[in-house]
Amino acid sequence: MNAFADSAATAAGLIVHADPVLVRTMALSFAVSGAACAIAAVFGLFAGAWLAATRFRGRRVMLWALDTMLALPSVVVGLVVYLLLSRSGPLGSWGILFTPVAMVIAQTILVLPVIAALARQVVAGALRDGGEQLRSFGAGPLACALLMLLHERWAVLTLLLIAFGRAIAEVGAVMIVGGNIDGVTRVMTTSIALETSKGDLPLALALGVVLLAVVALLNGLIALLPREAGGERAEAS
Amino acid sequence: MATTDALIEIADASVNFGGVAAVQGASLAIRRGEFVAVVGPNGSGKTTLLRLLHGVVAHSGLRIVQAGGEPQAMVFQRPFLLRLSARDNLRLALWLAARRWPAQERRARIDAALRKVGLWPLRERAARSLSGGEQQRLALARAWALGPAVLFLDEPTASLDPSAKKEVESVLAAFAAEGTTLVMSTHNLGQAKRLATRVVFMDEGRIALDLPTADFFARSGRDARADRFLAGDLPWSLD
Amino acid sequence: MVAGLSNFRRAFLAALVPALLSIAPEAAAQDRFITMASTTSTEQSGLFAYLLPAFKAATGIDVRVVAVGTGQALDMGRRGDADVLFVHDRVGEEKFVAEGWGQKRTDVMFNDFVLLGPKADPGGTRGSDIVAALAKLATSPLRFVSRGDKSGTHAAELRLWQLAGIDIPAGKAAGYLACGCGMGPALNIASSSNAYVLTDRGTWLSFRNRGDLAVLVEGDRRLFNQYGVIVVDPAKHPYTKTALAQAFADWVLSPAGQGVIASYRIGGEQLFFPNAPK
Repeated sequence: MNAFADSAATAAGLIVHADPVLVRTMALSFAVSGAACAIAAVFGLFAGAWLAATRFRGRRVMLWALDTMLALPSVVVGLVVYLLLSRSGPLGSWGILFTPVAMVIAQTILVLPVIAALARQVVAGALRDGGEQLRSFGAGPLACALLMLLHERWAVLTLLLIAFGRAIAEVGAVMIVGGNIDGVTRVMTTSIALETSKGDLPLALALGVVLLAVVALLNGLIALLPREAGGERAEAS
Repeated sequence: MATTDALIEIADASVNFGGVAAVQGASLAIRRGEFVAVVGPNGSGKTTLLRLLHGVVAHSGLRIVQAGGEPQAMVFQRPFLLRLSARDNLRLALWLAARRWPAQERRARIDAALRKVGLWPLRERAARSLSGGEQQRLALARAWALGPAVLFLDEPTASLDPSAKKEVESVLAAFAAEGTTLVMSTHNLGQAKRLATRVVFMDEGRIALDLPTADFFARSGRDARADRFLAGDLPWSLD
Repeated sequence: MVAGLSNFRRAFLAALVPALLSIAPEAAAQDRFITMASTTSTEQSGLFAYLLPAFKAATGIDVRVVAVGTGQALDMGRRGDADVLFVHDRVGEEKFVAEGWGQKRTDVMFNDFVLLGPKADPGGTRGSDIVAALAKLATSPLRFVSRGDKSGTHAAELRLWQLAGIDIPAGKAAGYLACGCGMGPALNIASSSNAYVLTDRGTWLSFRNRGDLAVLVEGDRRLFNQYGVIVVDPAKHPYTKTALAQAFADWVLSPAGQGVIASYRIGGEQLFFPNAPK
């Protein structure tokens, strides 16, 4: 139990003193995972909408593959990207191994299936409700699907937060492709892993608490966003 | 059969859904300026007939539309409104359906439509936060803004309370007054009597009666089932 | 278009732009850096945080350390993902050079291992003879934690068992636990289950979770752990930064570099002893 008390105190101290190394590490975590989610969102939302709206041969196979990718271990993604970016690999000439860019790539691959699968779910549900009526206005199937993403934008936000959570909390991929280099590719999760392996458990836990605290702050700010013309809270039906 | 002033005409048309005949051998002509009420028991094929006339369902037999292809629009019992403001819903619908109109004309039509249905003061409100009657009026505005020659309405007041029903009926009457042709399915006979110029009675997928309103309600004993329907013995009510 | 929508979009962009911008500087950063593969125990000893700034001050070159197990570090060298290696597994290093991945290996410094165990020392190992101590443990039911991860420490541990006449895994005792993990986790396991464990002194000095563990065997010459530095051969990998890597090797073997190594202390104790060939 002492470890918990120690880490609570350490966490409070870290937050209050805004230790520069901690701030930089946190910023890098947010930057990497944020960028990965943003990129994955562009492709994933579109893919999800498209899968919900169109029918084509092999669609079921694609859905099956997509659902399977939801269980991709982050370490495996890390290994694959590492082997691709390694100097003795096909993309070695890019020279981006052990940089934040490599970490963004790995995390994008990791969360893209999450976003696509959930977006497909959201759009399919919305299309069931009003797809026919939208089509009667002359919207093509893909346009309908994209409109439904707009219509369900708060559900989309939730699924993006889920993806962001998956990204910022993972350690397997960023450890392997980033190398946990001090000052360059060290993020919150790899710091936690490092402190654990050094035996400094209270500090490791404290870092975890700080990470959660910052994410909680982010979610709190999002919850405060005014939901005007179109907010769910205002709906009568 | 080939009535030259009919906007839409179907001849011996049938619609089948997986072996079940929703509409069988229907022949009907819709003329300009009419307000046709399609009535009948549950499952008699009213909605399918509307969709058939609107041209959105596969069918056998003939469907002839007057040369020039004037626009038609359809309004449903529960309108699907996007999570946007009332005005933005109209903007989107017009943009999707009629991009050929310049932005200025689209804007003018939207404003006129909102005023016509009495929703101008509520134009910036979230469409989904409007009451049932207001939402249906918004759906009507959305359809009307396209300037359709024929407006199809599938049980537009079925889920509304009496006062909302009145709001919508007065909007429909206003549309009819300015010459829009309306084809409305309803299970509310009082509504059909109040608004329609002509009543089409459907029973088990067939058009059983097709008469001017006064004649239809004069209980002349032309059809035993129609009489029973009017008497309320078939599963529909007289409001 | 819609008030609610633009709020949403604004918030998204407000978060995204600074996020992307903060990654960019790294990408555009100094080209004068090399990637060094070393071991977790070396990095965790804090040596690099002390040594590398001195190197940068002298040459302006940044060294980015990727700390993994020795086996993995040598693999990184073979793949060309590291420009220079700084590890402590002489046999592995010589094999690396013999296979042509590096031009030569050079002694740079050494530190020592110690045997830790419960303060009360139920195995009677206390002293300065590691081989005798291990022989005693082999015939007892007492627990011993091994890293079991192909690391330099693991290799050293296996060699010592060999000297005691015991063949791991065939001849291992009942209490032998191989965790396949780094030095820190191994110490954690030993500390929480009152086991014996072989560790480098540096990790022990920085370890906080000591429990009942204490140093029982030290000072045996056979516990000395030799470090070597190898520049990865450019012949096999055209993208390695050989010139800069050689600059590092030259500096760390020079009197200046060796002096910095010698001056590194934890709690007043010297950890690493420079022994580059003069």
